[in-house]
Amino acid sequence: MPAIELADVAVARDGRTVWSGANVDIERGEFVAVLGPNAAGKSTLIELLLGLLSPSAGTVSVLGAAPGTHGSEIGYVPQRHAFDQTPRIRGTDVVRLGLDGTRFGLPLPWRDGHRAQVQEAIELVGATEYAGRAIGECSGGEQQRLLIARALISSPQLLLLDEPLDSLDLPNQSSVSALVDRIRRERDVTVLLVAHDVNPLLPYLDRVIYVAGGRVLAGPPAQVITNETLTALYRTPIEVLRTSDGRLVVVGLPEAPAHHADRHAHP
Amino acid sequence: MSFFAYPFMVHALEAGTIVAVMAAVTGWFVVLRRQTFAGHALSVMSFPGASGAALAGLPLPLGYFAACGIAAAAIAAGSRTDNRRNLAQESAVIGAVQVTGFALGFLFLSLYGGILENLENLLFGSFLGITATQVDVLAGVAVCALAFFAVVGRPLLFSSIDDLVARAGGVPVRALEIAFLLVLGLAVASTAQITGVLLVFALLVAPAAAAQQLTSSIAGGIGLSVAIGLLVTWTGLLLSYYTDYSVGFYVTTLAFAVYLAARLFRRLVRS
Repeated sequence: MPAIELADVAVARDGRTVWSGANVDIERGEFVAVLGPNAAGKSTLIELLLGLLSPSAGTVSVLGAAPGTHGSEIGYVPQRHAFDQTPRIRGTDVVRLGLDGTRFGLPLPWRDGHRAQVQEAIELVGATEYAGRAIGECSGGEQQRLLIARALISSPQLLLLDEPLDSLDLPNQSSVSALVDRIRRERDVTVLLVAHDVNPLLPYLDRVIYVAGGRVLAGPPAQVITNETLTALYRTPIEVLRTSDGRLVVVGLPEAPAHHADRHAHP
Repeated sequence: MSFFAYPFMVHALEAGTIVAVMAAVTGWFVVLRRQTFAGHALSVMSFPGASGAALAGLPLPLGYFAACGIAAAAIAAGSRTDNRRNLAQESAVIGAVQVTGFALGFLFLSLYGGILENLENLLFGSFLGITATQVDVLAGVAVCALAFFAVVGRPLLFSSIDDLVARAGGVPVRALEIAFLLVLGLAVASTAQITGVLLVFALLVAPAAAAQQLTSSIAGGIGLSVAIGLLVTWTGLLLSYYTDYSVGFYVTTLAFAVYLAARLFRRLVRS
């Protein structure tokens, strides 16, 4: 049973079609990057898989069931700049919410079997040192690790990470990518990661999903990130260059990849 | 003559204690959710509530609670776009609700014709004349509010910190938000009876804001908020009793002083 199956799916927001004709199959345990320009509908794909949005056409299957029925089987880290609202809440408490945040009733300290699990998740992402601090006082990379720990703590089978590398510096982008890869191998989870730059992820990817021009295209990186495929997808001449150290540079995009100013204009 | 020899002082202490605890717990969530402005708007609703009740010949507290409930529902209804909290829109809606409440209050007051008895007490608070029945009502409200937080505390915390993830995990975010505003309205209407409409902040926001400056632990923060609320209320009542100035003035000044001290302390610790 595949982890994710999209058959001829279209989605609309406020009556406007975001993308359509999407056919995607993701096997379990794969590491998948979701790429594409701003406002192309990458986060929309994530919301669709979470069941926060319904498709306007086609069928969606997540872990063999309809979206929105999984609860703790899916770990989710939403897109965000940072905890700019600086809530005065410790990292450990934020992580713990991934375990019992949806439960009603008072947490009873004498029945607290969660402490060990919280510690384990925090150690797994290497956040032990700063997990006791208020999350608003942690750096972007530290916050991202804590949020990944929260998404992981319920032992999900599928991790949906919406731009976790956003606003991180290059060394942190590489180390968070490596961390996610290690987790998916150790925990045998399927990972879908929305990103702007494929390079930090390239060593680990099984598949990429490109969302652009109202369409969705999935396949192995070597097949998708090519002159022909991207040119057809964007309907404008695109050239993929490979640098001597193996990095990919995509040239000719309608929008410069480094230009992120309006990224959050669209939800 | 001893403080406790007067029944009105005993009632004032009882009411103050109940209100301080409820406001401190509610306020902790208000500060976390950045809904201080909503708290203020809801407190102002006691004014149209009271003048409307006077006009209709109903008990004043009934007017308080009704007006706060209506305003809470209006704020909850108007502050979302695309199914997410929209903070800019939320504050605009709150501003509109607040000014409408003020306007209605003045309208009711002039329609009523007479002088609203104790308008000054309504605005600035009084501990005189709190009856045993009022204390019972306050206790009932407080038990309901605290039970609410005991039951929905964790999902409310989750949706306050991370709306989208909570919703993806199945938390009824929208329902919680409306319920929280209604409980906030209740708490504010009760607190206003001690501190006055204009000074609700003193017990609702200042203790919680000070506590969140001093600790980022959840239980510690709520506990500290309650402790500060109680300290401020008791001291304020005593000072008011011995000096004859308004209890609202003392409670507000003390609460502000504690908040300031917490800010200074944090700055010193961090540097």
